[in-house]
Amino acid sequence: MIYIQLFISFFQVGLFSIGGGYAALPLIQNQIVELHSWMTMGEFTDLITIAEMTPGPIAVNSATFVGIRIAGIGGALAATFGCIFPSLMIVTFLAFLYCHYKGSSLIQSVLFCLRPAVVALIFSAGLSIAQTALFAERELRLQNTDWTGAVIFLAAFVILRKRKCNPILIMALCGVSYLGINMLY
Amino acid sequence: MSGKKLLQLFFNMLYISAFTFGGGFVIITLMKQKFADELGWIDEQEMLDLTALSQASPGAIAVNAAILVGWRTAGAAGITAAVAGTILPPLGLLSVISFFYASFISNPYVVLALKGMQAGVAAVIFDVVWSLGQNVWEEKSIASILLMAIAFIAAFFCHINVIYIILATASFGIIREIFRRKKGEA
Repeated sequence: MIYIQLFISFFQVGLFSIGGGYAALPLIQNQIVELHSWMTMGEFTDLITIAEMTPGPIAVNSATFVGIRIAGIGGALAATFGCIFPSLMIVTFLAFLYCHYKGSSLIQSVLFCLRPAVVALIFSAGLSIAQTALFAERELRLQNTDWTGAVIFLAAFVILRKRKCNPILIMALCGVSYLGINMLY
Repeated sequence: MSGKKLLQLFFNMLYISAFTFGGGFVIITLMKQKFADELGWIDEQEMLDLTALSQASPGAIAVNAAILVGWRTAGAAGITAAVAGTILPPLGLLSVISFFYASFISNPYVVLALKGMQAGVAAVIFDVVWSLGQNVWEEKSIASILLMAIAFIAAFFCHINVIYIILATASFGIIREIFRRKKGEA
């Protein structure tokens, strides 16, 4: 039964990918290219490109994409539910623990230390995205700089700092202006 | 009232998920702006705690964060609303794209618009980090500032897996508390 196979495969991807998107990629590759031969390596590379280019978590995107190509809409649903099922169980349990023990001084101390670290991790992720967006081949050299992108990035940052406007609107405007400027030249 | 909140949760997650390119931290940044800064359903510190939890748990960070925020605002029903909102846009979009994906990834206009949006995503993250970093700085705690610096170097320059950074920081928090208790007894 292909639906159950898809569910079980992506259940494993969901269960063992700790740390988000990129951690899931080797697991997905293992399941769909090596174990089940549902896709070739070339198709898998396309899949990564699409999963990165489109909104949504990479694991969920991959589950949908693989599911639909193997077994239509039903396959997409089976794979996606398999993918989020481990999260539903484990995260709900952690949420329960967090709520019950939040007041204890030990957990307070752990959370106190985690908060600045999380800020640093978000910053690191932001820098990586900026590096991909503004430098060709991700190399920090002057001649690799995408100046259009850099100007748009700076303008967006200044607008966001000066006034609290909708970040999604800003992102969409960045896309439109980048496309516009590149078509003019 | 509760039904209205669930709908709000569902549509906000749907909207955020539909426009979030680039993975977990981006969606968490947008969720923080919506649910903490704008709606005030969760305070900023708690949002950072939930971020750490969703990072440390297996699975997609966006889905984990949706589960936590949904649960925090409206319990089990909130989880259902938030998760449904999070997975519907990629489910719909990828279903459509999978039918003509070759023409999609080779379309130069699509590639250019997505490239510009990446720059926008980076700006949004920098803006949020600026505010969060300012708050940490204003705590005037040397431990916090040091932890922030070390975690950043470990993640960005040494490419240490995020999960190890979180585990190490959590362990440091435990050791710090044990020492403090010992000091209290002596």
